[in-house]
Amino acid sequence: MTSPNPIGSTAHNPLAQALASSGITELLAQLDAELIGLAPVKRRIRDIAALLLVDKLRAERGFAAGAPSLHMCFSGNPGTGKTTVALRMASVLHRLGYVRKGHLVSVTRDDLVGQYIGHTAPKTREVLKRAMGGVLFIDEAYYLYRPENERDYGQEAIEILLQVMENNRDDLVVILAGYKDRMDRFFESNPGMSSRIAHHIDFPDYGVDELARIADLMLETMHYHFDHEALRVFEQYLVRRMAQPHFANARSVRNALDRARLRHASRLMHDAAGSADDASLTTITAADLLASRVFAAAPAALLTNKETTTC
Amino acid sequence: MRITQGTFSFLPDLTDEQITKQIDYCLSRGWALGVEYTDDPHPRNTYWEMYGAPMFDLRDPAGIMQELAQCRATFPNHYIRLTAFDSTQGVESLVVAFIVNRPKVEPGFRLVRHEQAGRSIRYTIESYAVQAQPEGARY
Repeated sequence: MTSPNPIGSTAHNPLAQALASSGITELLAQLDAELIGLAPVKRRIRDIAALLLVDKLRAERGFAAGAPSLHMCFSGNPGTGKTTVALRMASVLHRLGYVRKGHLVSVTRDDLVGQYIGHTAPKTREVLKRAMGGVLFIDEAYYLYRPENERDYGQEAIEILLQVMENNRDDLVVILAGYKDRMDRFFESNPGMSSRIAHHIDFPDYGVDELARIADLMLETMHYHFDHEALRVFEQYLVRRMAQPHFANARSVRNALDRARLRHASRLMHDAAGSADDASLTTITAADLLASRVFAAAPAALLTNKETTTC
Repeated sequence: MRITQGTFSFLPDLTDEQITKQIDYCLSRGWALGVEYTDDPHPRNTYWEMYGAPMFDLRDPAGIMQELAQCRATFPNHYIRLTAFDSTQGVESLVVAFIVNRPKVEPGFRLVRHEQAGRSIRYTIESYAVQAQPEGARY
């Protein structure tokens, strides 16, 4: 990450010492290493970490200010890492001592909204009780509010949620997530929700080089790697895929890699002189990627291009 | 007469902080907790009324304390206990139960003598609070 570290790094600073003893530094470093890009998100996590740390120091000296509200809203396009960050957030907040247990309860509309009158409130309360001491992650939160049906029970769930977000602020952190435009519309129609959420964090789309690094990271965890040629082809794949509709950032990358693994496996099976040494089992070659539908539009041009570069 | 039923009943009443710690211990063992209440303190009255279903999959005492607070608000003058269930044997078996709320006055029990054939006597006990009073109007 290139942005300056807002938590000072000077050696004799008592804040720096508190930081070192809390183990946050490793956590943030891990965050940096395992989450590619997402600069604004990481910046906000750093800010929150700093605030909680300073609050702890202040409390030790008797300057209590009350626990800050940490309810968050993650908005961004599909596959930009909202769920992944929410999971990390739970452990970050736990490490900082803001939540007591640090578990994540991930729910959608189905888990909160009941099917008949009087079913919603107990259902929502039960979920909230399960989430206490940790983080409640509501994916695609805008489905809670259905303006087209005025008798929809979602509104009831929202009201209970608001009440608990206000009254049990030190028991749980609520994170709402969803696509940007729909989330904005959701907040427009529920101003109470918007004002109770202190942190609205936008997840930016990834660039080609960030996606390539994400692919590398994913392959590494799956014990694969690209060969030199495949690396170049994959970047071209990304450029083409990004131009197509329904591009879902890191999720599309994962799907592309899964399909490449399929082709890699069947190539090994059908290869007459196939060898099954470690190298061939772990290497994804350009051929595995070029068979993709994405290259179907103009495969010839790419192949000639490939020949000119390899010759 | 102070009722001594369940765990910790010979100790002074637990404070909320102590209750929270006990709940925390139960949850750390993976037990589910339920809130139960009654106004019939007879020792053979094992099945108390459940205040909602036992709470499964909880990680933090806050949810149970909230339920307990609601139960106390509804039944301030009843006996309330927390019951922990262990499911590792394949059934939800009761492992811990402790009283967390008592009526302000506990009048105790009287001895009832039943005259039987042949001048023999059977003894039983009856709570003064329960005597001829319907459920809900005893304390």
